[in-house]
Amino acid sequence: MELKTKINAEDGKQDLVITREFDLPIELLFKAYAEAEIVEQWMETKVLKLESKKHGSYQYETTDPKGNKHRFSGVIHEFIPKQRIIKTFEMEGTPFGVQLEVYEFEKLTEDTCKLNMHVVYESVAQRDQVLQLPFAQGINMAHNRIQEIIGKLK
Amino acid sequence: MNLRRDVFQAIADPTRRAILLLVASQTMTAGAIAANFDTARPTVSKHLQILTECELLGQEQNGREIYYHLNAKNMKQVADFIEPFRQMWDDRFNKLETIMKNYKSK
Repeated sequence: MELKTKINAEDGKQDLVITREFDLPIELLFKAYAEAEIVEQWMETKVLKLESKKHGSYQYETTDPKGNKHRFSGVIHEFIPKQRIIKTFEMEGTPFGVQLEVYEFEKLTEDTCKLNMHVVYESVAQRDQVLQLPFAQGINMAHNRIQEIIGKLK
Repeated sequence: MNLRRDVFQAIADPTRRAILLLVASQTMTAGAIAANFDTARPTVSKHLQILTECELLGQEQNGREIYYHLNAKNMKQVADFIEPFRQMWDDRFNKLETIMKNYKSK
């Protein structure tokens, strides 16, 4: 089966490319990135600020299951509706640094479109660290699951 | 039960990743592999042992020498190293798609 979301992260490089095709008109995909109330829904975060324009900035805040708050923010360098967004992204208060994100929106048909997201990190090590973040979470989840099962066996 | 070492633990180390890249192009003896690193020979041996235990490397006896080769089948698991990250984005985008389809029908 063809994967809808693809990641290309070459070994030893400090960037990666995420591509995805959507069964949506390009207007709607772009809207999902431009409007705060929609971003809140699919990113599962609170949007403290989102200025969707050149030289604008944004700040999101998510609350993890333990109740800790995490802030994510950046500035917007380019904002061309239905074409391109260039912005920076950082997880505030973490050692992961700042990443540069270039989003290219491409119309395929009237009802389908494609997103090309190019992410550049400060170093190879930093990219690999970020790549392993969700992986570490997955491991923790697996561990919790094992504990749950073993707990039931007792 | 034989508990195999975790493949991901094996590739978490930069020296071990470098070893895998080395033997990807040709089979090599432990000595030839060690010659590529500044680290002490016993340290390289330890890395080879770990990579062999988790079956990323295979051994082949040729005369007095043991040659190491890449076990391509198990390297597929390594290729899946990025999979959780991809999955995270895939979930997010699926959600975006579902939400925006509702917008369309409204």
